[in-house]
Amino acid sequence: MCLALPARIVEIHGADQATIELGGVRKECSLALIDDAVVGDYVIVHVGFALTKLDPEEAEKTLALFAELGQAALAGAP
Amino acid sequence: MKYVEEFRDGELARGLAAAVARAVEPGRSYSFMEFCGGHTHAISRYGVTDLLPAKVRMIHGPGCPVCVLPIGRVDMAIELALAHGVTLCTYGDTLRIPASQGLSLLRAKSRGADVRIVYSCADALALAQQHPNRQVVFFAIGFETTTPPTAVVIRQAQVLGLENFSVLCCHVLTPAAIGHILESPEVREYGTVPLDGFIGPAHVSTVIGSRPYEFFAEEYRKPVVIAGFEPLDVMQAILMLVNQVNEGRAEVENEFSRAVTREGNLKAQNLVAEVFELRREFEWRGLNVVPYSALRIRADYARFDAERRFPLSYRQVADNRACECGAILRGVKRPWECKLFGTGCTPENPMGSCMVSSEGACAAHYTYGRFKELAVAEA
Amino acid sequence: MSAVKRGYVRGLDLKEGRVDMSHGSGGRAMAQLIDELFAQAFANDYLGQGDDGAVLPGAPGRLVMSTDCHVVSPLFFPGGDIGCLSVHGTINDVAMMGATPLYLTAGFILEEGFPLADLKRIIDSMARASREAGVPVVAGDTKVVEQGHGDGVFITTTGLGLLPEGVNLSGSRARAGDRILVSGSIGDHGMAIMAQRESLGFSSIIVSDTQALHGLVAALLSSGAEVHALRDPTRGGLATTLNEIAQQSGVGMMLEEAAIPVNTEVAAACELLGLDPLYVANEGKLVAIIAANDAERALSVLAAHPQGARAAIVGTVHEDAHHFVQMITSFGGRRIVDWLTGEQLPRIC
Repeated sequence: MCLALPARIVEIHGADQATIELGGVRKECSLALIDDAVVGDYVIVHVGFALTKLDPEEAEKTLALFAELGQAALAGAP
Repeated sequence: MKYVEEFRDGELARGLAAAVARAVEPGRSYSFMEFCGGHTHAISRYGVTDLLPAKVRMIHGPGCPVCVLPIGRVDMAIELALAHGVTLCTYGDTLRIPASQGLSLLRAKSRGADVRIVYSCADALALAQQHPNRQVVFFAIGFETTTPPTAVVIRQAQVLGLENFSVLCCHVLTPAAIGHILESPEVREYGTVPLDGFIGPAHVSTVIGSRPYEFFAEEYRKPVVIAGFEPLDVMQAILMLVNQVNEGRAEVENEFSRAVTREGNLKAQNLVAEVFELRREFEWRGLNVVPYSALRIRADYARFDAERRFPLSYRQVADNRACECGAILRGVKRPWECKLFGTGCTPENPMGSCMVSSEGACAAHYTYGRFKELAVAEA
Repeated sequence: MSAVKRGYVRGLDLKEGRVDMSHGSGGRAMAQLIDELFAQAFANDYLGQGDDGAVLPGAPGRLVMSTDCHVVSPLFFPGGDIGCLSVHGTINDVAMMGATPLYLTAGFILEEGFPLADLKRIIDSMARASREAGVPVVAGDTKVVEQGHGDGVFITTTGLGLLPEGVNLSGSRARAGDRILVSGSIGDHGMAIMAQRESLGFSSIIVSDTQALHGLVAALLSSGAEVHALRDPTRGGLATTLNEIAQQSGVGMMLEEAAIPVNTEVAAACELLGLDPLYVANEGKLVAIIAANDAERALSVLAAHPQGARAAIVGTVHEDAHHFVQMITSFGGRRIVDWLTGEQLPRIC
């Protein structure tokens, strides 16, 4: 129950509206549920509302962890 | 697509699959319940199960709000559209749910009801503004991910002073459902549903944070790992759960650290608390009545409550006697153990809600995975 | 006294005029509509005769005939409109049988009140598509229905083609070992349409792929590659077309998700709406079932053709009593690619 996607804010209009972009497709979305969003931020968008900001550092860390664990497992495989 | 494709990478998948295979202790089985329709869908759509050792079993929990929506509530939505002539706005997921008298919202539409699919509740609000002479009702379903947007539009409707907009509130709560599962006799007493841990929902958790799950970890000694939405996230979470089980730990861990914090989205939580309050009890399809598990609109916003605006009453409707949705939602049975699966009940002709929603265990299995048990049956 | 000008008919008001009931009544107004809009645009000898039917020369061989109804909404979309769509669609159906398309007919159901300016746009687009493809519209019909009983305009097109000697394409001819090819990226048309639907409000650069494919088909057939079946994956997308063929031929299929070409914007749009590109309509692509040995050759012929950019081999046919179409996901797991259930609805879950 959560079709939500990470998308980049490309424009902010007025108090609470933004244009977000994913893979070249743009869509309008509401920022009413988050604070201090700026152009360039990545947000998780669900049913036309940004739910939270995505932390790029944590994202990189997570991906790095996948790679590290994977490599260790494959390397150590008998 | 940044932050999407990287989390679906096949190479990293192979690595994580190897890691899970190594972590699994010989002679031990693991059963984990995933509690998010998005996870059910990701697992089936990407074939994640194929990359897991046979000893790790995934159980689909009641994480799909369409699946747990009782027929009686859908009947109310249909009644609004057919009998009261409202413009009924709904998310696409609800359209084919089979309700009473052989109706569904889609069938009601073909009988002349004004039923509209919207992608966002904001679209429903906009419709109400554009058509002041029509009563517009938004059919609000969903867990905590979807509730804050509904709160926003109700507040906006108040600011705008709209006279023709209301919401049929069917929002439900995740922790209540998890607690209910853990309290069920099959889990607590009989042990017929072995449950070693939970994969916590992705986007619900961005809103409610990781804190609410700490209670379950402590009280029931079950580990919870909150996982992101993508298949690699799910695999990583499974690895973390396996490790916890091996080490005898029962903690809340957060794999979805790029979007989930311990506190969650306080702004959204406060907004929800302002507009909604707990219902004393609510019927969940398959789980029966669960206390303090759902929301209704507060008195301050009564003008926007469809249940107060229109003369509706909730009637409990029993499922087809052969329908095993309840047992399947609780993880007690598997889709193919339902007599109706694939015969009377198919995605084309769904009899129960597990088949209607593409995230329902039955639909997911039928659509993506039913070749597996056929292969087994032939072997 | 004013002299009555013989044969004077005031021209159609193509700027502000609308279709009204007299245009379908069979009288002068209808004749004028046909003459000024249809006949002039389609301009060929057959129509020029003005008879009830077109007399066609006999054909030296087997004939293929196909018909299509077009109800697309919106009528105009990035990359095309209902007019050229209908021409391309029927030409493609005939071409998928391996036949050379020769003639088209077109029937129109017009709604009272439909702007003549829009009608002209559609007709001109059809005429252009017909000319570019070299397939004339030789007969047609028009009816008008009352306001509220139509969706602007519905078009039905029928095509006739000539099947060369020795060509036998059929969805029942797929055999274990055959390779499955697509001529390009999938999902473009369906998502271009979605982008136009207001309620889904997103703006993107997705353009419909509508085009006539008989040139591409001719190139493929003359390459000598052993082609068993051709089909254009329109409504229901690639998944539906492959399931149809699997069923007809009594076989199963295994696809490689990583090999299936999808434009980034189409993939992103599908993600945003919770749709699967495998089930989204295409109007300018073909699926080819080719004997294993000739697959690479067929691929290079397609890829070398301007309409075959991004052509790819996407899977293999195998024995399967259940006729499942399966797929190895880009993630490395396996899943079924099942028949579409009802209509693909955008989902939030």
